[in-house]
Amino acid sequence: MKPLIVSPAPHAHSGDSVRRNMLLVIIALLPAFAVSVCSFGWSTVITTAISIAACILTEWVISKFVLKIKPTLCDCSAILTGLLLAFNLPANLPWWIVIIGAIVAIGVGKMTFGGLGQNPFNPALVGRVFLLISFPVQMTTWPCPLSFETQYVDTVTGATPLSALKVAIKGHDGSVLNQLPELWDMFIGYTGGSLGEICAFALIIGGLLLIITRVITWHIPVSIIATVALFAWISTPEGMCGHEYALCSLLSGGLMLGAFFMATDYVTSPMTGWGKIIFGIGIGLITMVIRTWGAYPEGVSFAILIMNATVPLLNKIRPKRFGEAKA
Amino acid sequence: MNVIVISLLVLGVTGLVAAVLLFFIAQKFKVEEDPRIDEVQEALPGANCGGCGFAGCRAMAEACVKADSLDGLLCPVGGAETMKAVGSILGKEAAAVAPKVAVVRCNGTCEARPRTSVYDGTRSCQIENALYVGETACAFGCLGCGDCVSACQFGALSMDPKTGLPVVDEDKCTACGQCVKACPRHIIELRNKGPKSRRMVVLCINKDKGAPARKACLNACIGCGKCEKECNFEAITVENNVAYIDFEKCRLCRKCEAACPTGAIHAINFPPRKVEVNAESESKKEVKNENV
Amino acid sequence: MKTFKIGGVHPQDNKEFSAHRPIIECGLPAKAVIPLVQHIGAPAQAVVEKGQKVKVGELIAKAGGFVSANIHSPYSGTINKIDSYVDGWGMRQQAIFIDVEGDEWLEDIDRTPTVVRECNLEPKAIIDKIAAAGIVGLGGACFPTQVKLMPPPGKKAEVLVINGVECEPYLTCDHQLMLEHGEEIVIGIQILLKALGINKAVIGIEANKPDAIARMKELTNRTLGISVQPLKLKYPQGGEKQLIDACIGRQVPSGALPIEVGAVVDNVATVFAVYQAVQKNMPLISRVMTITGKHLANPGNYQVRFGTPLTDVVALAGGIPEDTGKIIGGGPMMGRAMVSIDMPANKRVSGLLFLPEDESRRVEPENCIRCGKCLDACPMGLEPYLLAKLSEHELWDELEDHNVMDCIDCGCCLFTCPSHRPLLDYIRLGKGKVGGIIRARQAAKK
Repeated sequence: MKPLIVSPAPHAHSGDSVRRNMLLVIIALLPAFAVSVCSFGWSTVITTAISIAACILTEWVISKFVLKIKPTLCDCSAILTGLLLAFNLPANLPWWIVIIGAIVAIGVGKMTFGGLGQNPFNPALVGRVFLLISFPVQMTTWPCPLSFETQYVDTVTGATPLSALKVAIKGHDGSVLNQLPELWDMFIGYTGGSLGEICAFALIIGGLLLIITRVITWHIPVSIIATVALFAWISTPEGMCGHEYALCSLLSGGLMLGAFFMATDYVTSPMTGWGKIIFGIGIGLITMVIRTWGAYPEGVSFAILIMNATVPLLNKIRPKRFGEAKA
Repeated sequence: MNVIVISLLVLGVTGLVAAVLLFFIAQKFKVEEDPRIDEVQEALPGANCGGCGFAGCRAMAEACVKADSLDGLLCPVGGAETMKAVGSILGKEAAAVAPKVAVVRCNGTCEARPRTSVYDGTRSCQIENALYVGETACAFGCLGCGDCVSACQFGALSMDPKTGLPVVDEDKCTACGQCVKACPRHIIELRNKGPKSRRMVVLCINKDKGAPARKACLNACIGCGKCEKECNFEAITVENNVAYIDFEKCRLCRKCEAACPTGAIHAINFPPRKVEVNAESESKKEVKNENV
Repeated sequence: MKTFKIGGVHPQDNKEFSAHRPIIECGLPAKAVIPLVQHIGAPAQAVVEKGQKVKVGELIAKAGGFVSANIHSPYSGTINKIDSYVDGWGMRQQAIFIDVEGDEWLEDIDRTPTVVRECNLEPKAIIDKIAAAGIVGLGGACFPTQVKLMPPPGKKAEVLVINGVECEPYLTCDHQLMLEHGEEIVIGIQILLKALGINKAVIGIEANKPDAIARMKELTNRTLGISVQPLKLKYPQGGEKQLIDACIGRQVPSGALPIEVGAVVDNVATVFAVYQAVQKNMPLISRVMTITGKHLANPGNYQVRFGTPLTDVVALAGGIPEDTGKIIGGGPMMGRAMVSIDMPANKRVSGLLFLPEDESRRVEPENCIRCGKCLDACPMGLEPYLLAKLSEHELWDELEDHNVMDCIDCGCCLFTCPSHRPLLDYIRLGKGKVGGIIRARQAAKK
């Protein structure tokens, strides 16, 4: 008989893997991707493909030649970063800007810290914010949704619901609000915005899938959404109904994408339940502060990045220990 | 013009006030320290390895200055020379110490010790040792995960992939003792380096009786006691089925080496024997010397 | 249905291989080896000499301390020698070697299957009888049972919690014991209640054993104070602290024993042994073991006398399967992988599990992705990722601060980790070190 294998207990494993989690997130993003393809046509596919390819290549080159470690492409994390980055970009962004974003996302956002599991900030958002600051014009020129036409959109651009809201808040001009799309249109994705963030419905479906498959927990999405809704309801500008404004805040911009997919990134979010809830509340608050008083119409990316920085601190919160509370 | 003058003045005055303040504070909170501590620290190697038993070279220097005599205080890294230097700074006599070296007392090479299981846990001797006997049937021998190698700060230890055992680079070994602490099976011992680095060692600590020890490893000491009888200087004792050579008493006559039936006793750094040994066993011995 | 509150995982239970297989008695070997260490605490001291004749049930080694247990001869025959043997983990242990001759029992042992219900002994007499019979917890820890029945001064037992959970995947011996000897177990519980001077007992059984729940409910219908608590399927429900939490909703504080919250926990197999000892004068000389595995020809539950070579038991179960990569003494979550099965059965080994080679290897660990799944899984509410990291960096003081000593070795963290990090390996290492530091500190205080 061959020598037996000996290892410390346990000898069973749940079968969970990094790859499984990443793949499930990618699958959960597919409905939103499909909506985006319907809205923006081929440009969605091209942008996404460029972004993913650039991310994979950057990771491979850096692990192979700079860090000299075994490339971890098999875990699909680079694909996910690429996909999420593309979701945060306008569909008609020039290809070379997409590549710069991908290089920054993986190169600066992830590999400088040593690769998967080491980065303090969400790589896709690092890439996105870098592009937003470096190429503000391109990054805020959104194509209008084409519904089901599939011609290349480059010239038809329009304001997003958020920029309309901003004008309304800043100028105390209720009339601008008439430009707002219908809430239903925002829900199903018939609105302007970044490639993957337009259809709240598809994103919620994906998010629920992640919660059901236990890839993520409810804490972060729920606390972000609750905070934003509450904040918006309290700070409703004149001439608008509170519920409408709250819903509008939730459905517009990258909030749903952020709440379900960006903020819940394992590496850059806290681990304990309470840590996650505080993290979510922080993101919700900062987002609404930026949206209401800041210079940018959208604040989800900044809010997540800022809260990412607090994660080491939030991880000091210990989980509830067995036998700690008096029974 | 005015602006420049004012800013210069403001900055100058601020700087001056701060400097005066700092001066007085530094005077007030000055810590009186024996200047010899710095001198002694200078004389120490500065590796902060902890081999002396103190938290680092600074702590060792403080202890040396405080102590009445240097007995019991030894920097294993610097050895006698360093302690002499320290002694001359402090005007104290440094005790003479024989230089030491780490010796791996296991010769259970891959060929000699048949594998009885495959360890698939974390590569750490401590973890493997706590779990079970190890990949071979010898409960005393080297586990081969290299805890000692990672404990060594001087790069003196490395694993030999052929034998699966750690090898000590005698030039680099400072006898700081970190590997001795790291080994969960207490295989590594600090032994006198010996004249011309020559020494006799029993490369086995298997306390099992002869038969099971031999079954687990061809190179094991079986506790037969032949070496004990052979030795004229009472340097060898056999206890718990394993022989031990007291390096203080050993005169390096090499008689025990020839007497050992399993080849567990090794003569290290000796020139190859000329007489009464045929070529075959000589080449074997050379291989052994390399393994040490 | 209740369960414990913090953490837990859901491993595949794989009990179908040996579940509902009737308990088969294993034959006698020609030579037997009875280890002197079969329990937690001091080793037992041999009281027999070479060449002495013994009968089944005769005391051959007596408890070597307060926390220790008697050992009785499971065979009749001649003592061959008292020597060391190599156990399944390659370590040398002291044992009594017996040459088996016939099967001659001590006269006062009642071997008939009649159920004896009446017990007129005083509590003290019951405890003495249990101690004399060498009964230890057969759930895995092997803690001498009589010690649990004597609460330290100032502590009062209130509830007896009976562990019929068997949360380890694959193992089915307790399940089968409840089905076949439920009646005796209920009498055993009544005896224990009497010994403790209390009148409330809860039997915790997991929902994957509906027939055992039904059987025990039926048997306890008319008995006052004993109730059956069906529990939601979740590992490690059989852990002492988790079981108390699940059954009576009390949490044992960190570092304390169950008696702190008025609970005494005993496994169903232990209770059966108590019945045997008190009502039938039968000392603990055998136990039911589960021999199982996906590719084993004849998996099942076997009544094995201690000292029988495991190779004999395995031969009865169809021999070691061809593709075996790992043999585990116990279940897959907490059992220990063995080097060989060339060792005697004893009180500690509750089963043998043969894993095929493709399930035996660990997966190469990847970077920690800080997903926090280990925190959600830890039933003690610890931070396994952090403990492992601190232990890897040898930061023992911080480990103690983070309550590493609370860890119950259940393996949930490693089970759940998507990066396959060897969390428990390092936590166990840290626990050993910190435990040593704490003991040294206490010794210094004294």
